[in-house]
Amino acid sequence: MSEFLQQLVNGITWGSVYALIALGYTMVYGILRLINFAHGDIYMLGAFMGLFAARWFNAAGDPSPMKAVLVLLTSMLICALIGMLIERLAYKPVRKSPRLSALITAIGVSLLIENGGVLVFGASPQFFPQIIPEKNIALGMGVTLSNQQMIVLIVSVVLMFGLRMLVLHTRVGKAMQAVSHNHMAAALMGISVDRIVTFTFMIGSSLAAAAGVLVALQSPKIEPYMGIMPGLKAFVAAVLGGIGNIPGAVVGGLVMGVAEVLVTGYISPTYRDAIAFVLLIVILLVRPAGIFGKAVTEKV
Amino acid sequence: MKLRTWLAASALALSAFIAAGCGGASSGKAELVIGEYGSLTGNDATFGQSTKLGVELALAELATAKGGKLGGLPVRVVVEDDQGKAEEAATVVQKLINQDQVIAVIGEVASSRSLAAAPICQSNGVPMVSPSSTNPKVTETGDYIFRMCFIDPFQGTVMAKFASTNLGLKKVAILQDVKSDYSVGLSQYFKEAFTAAGGVIVAEQAYTAGDQDFSAQLTSIKGKNPEAIFIPGYYTEVGLIARKARQLGITVPLLGGDGWESEQLIEIGGDALNGAYYSNHFAVDNPDPALQGFLTKFRDKFKKDPDAIAGLAYDAANVIFAAVEKLHADDPTAFAGLSSAKANSAERKAATAKLRAIIAATNGYAGVTGTITLDDKRNATKPAVVLEIKGGKKVFNTQIAP
Repeated sequence: MSEFLQQLVNGITWGSVYALIALGYTMVYGILRLINFAHGDIYMLGAFMGLFAARWFNAAGDPSPMKAVLVLLTSMLICALIGMLIERLAYKPVRKSPRLSALITAIGVSLLIENGGVLVFGASPQFFPQIIPEKNIALGMGVTLSNQQMIVLIVSVVLMFGLRMLVLHTRVGKAMQAVSHNHMAAALMGISVDRIVTFTFMIGSSLAAAAGVLVALQSPKIEPYMGIMPGLKAFVAAVLGGIGNIPGAVVGGLVMGVAEVLVTGYISPTYRDAIAFVLLIVILLVRPAGIFGKAVTEKV
Repeated sequence: MKLRTWLAASALALSAFIAAGCGGASSGKAELVIGEYGSLTGNDATFGQSTKLGVELALAELATAKGGKLGGLPVRVVVEDDQGKAEEAATVVQKLINQDQVIAVIGEVASSRSLAAAPICQSNGVPMVSPSSTNPKVTETGDYIFRMCFIDPFQGTVMAKFASTNLGLKKVAILQDVKSDYSVGLSQYFKEAFTAAGGVIVAEQAYTAGDQDFSAQLTSIKGKNPEAIFIPGYYTEVGLIARKARQLGITVPLLGGDGWESEQLIEIGGDALNGAYYSNHFAVDNPDPALQGFLTKFRDKFKKDPDAIAGLAYDAANVIFAAVEKLHADDPTAFAGLSSAKANSAERKAATAKLRAIIAATNGYAGVTGTITLDDKRNATKPAVVLEIKGGKKVFNTQIAP
């Protein structure tokens, strides 16, 4: 029993990372009907920006919670700016083109970031410093949680609630909802669609950056290709929850994390990557709109 | 339009330049080219980098002792990066043989990559000396493939013996990399020897190189209450696994093989590795004069301690150098074929066949990693040492002879 509970805790921690990345996919899709394949690479950039920030603040030499927060915020801010640049330079010019052009552009941006990363950061893995000294916390029933896992969980929950507040209760959030319903109508109501789209990219990218830093904290090996698999799986998580739906992305991410850990722990680690795509196929067969998605009939 | 013409012109110029460069490398100049391939970048980059440093040191010594020449011809080493990928290893070895016209190849450390390149060397008749691939299948590829180290059936037995006799363990769990020939082979040999010694393998779990999260496997292992975990992987994952294990409250010792040998192991794993043991090719605190001489030279040149990978590469380069010299002394006509003839010509093949025979006859060569005598399967038989990690340092624990 305690083993199962421990696996569940492992799965939820890992799943909360997927959830953070999936949020970015789902928000961009909700607004632009675009699958931003470069999103996983923003997660990678987030980890690297965190690494540079940690070096800059000397967060490993003299760790303090204040510095750890600074590292996280710096990385989120830089990645928000990168997200903005990507949107302005790569996606905006093709926004009026067929959706396929935008999709191919996204794949191109993804390759550009990955290989640019190899050029700038080098192909060898680098190691994220310990900006928070490790401690184990016993939760009882034989379940242990490290303080780093705890931080991952807390930060994820805070960010997700923050996002929910932003979308539901602020003017920008309402504008985002309006744009996601209909660009034209939103523009007629006086909403600057361009600004909202850029803003959405910035929020999504900063969440991915946070995920990057959080993963690097627990599992310190970072390299330019680290975003590919988590990116794909977070995409599956977003589809699972119903793409375009924010609570759906969170649930999808958690389901995915728990499913992966349980498959690895109880069946075979070789199926770890397979389970994600099995889930994708199942959801597409059974409930194509995702767990929380609403089926949309398209006029032909 | 103008831009396009300009681009086309510069592309043409560039390709002409590259073609000229390639032609220049192999045309005419009498020299001996030795190829080296390894993971200079990628997941286990220190393997390739250490190998490169070991070979560089051997070359630097050749330069001071003999003006960098063997049999009167200058020696050049071409190093290629396989990025830690087996398919890339095959490509760069093709390039070394066909474009650089190498007379022998040094590499690789990881068995999966040696296995990808070995058939190419074998079919082209170019001797390949792997400094540190321990999987037995590597030299089984053919009679042109050699190694400077012991093999995994022995290494697995060493760690099994150490676990059961020296540490007195009865229950051990295994966590292996399922996609690595090295890891799968070593696990199997360890398991056979450990169960033969009366021990029990309580759990067998797997991961794949590049994984980020090991919590599921370790939680499952923890549930079986082993007295130690054997992790025959490469240092990057080992470091991450060690940290995760301690996070999950697993306190038992971790055991491993020579894939742990890297200066980055402790950088990644940190304190989590204290109390871990692994088998290796040498220990820096061994007082053997040949080894200590090598350590001094290495520290002078590179300002750091060498790992065993560098030591084996140094030995591999020197064994090849010695073989080339011997070929020059014994058979000058064949030796001429090494430098003048093109790759795959009959003359060149006759020369490399003789070079192969000389390497195969290596007997009692005093290397820095021990005495190297190649057996009929082209493997070196050497003792293994077991190192313990104490306070972030690798400390010699025991030596186990074959």
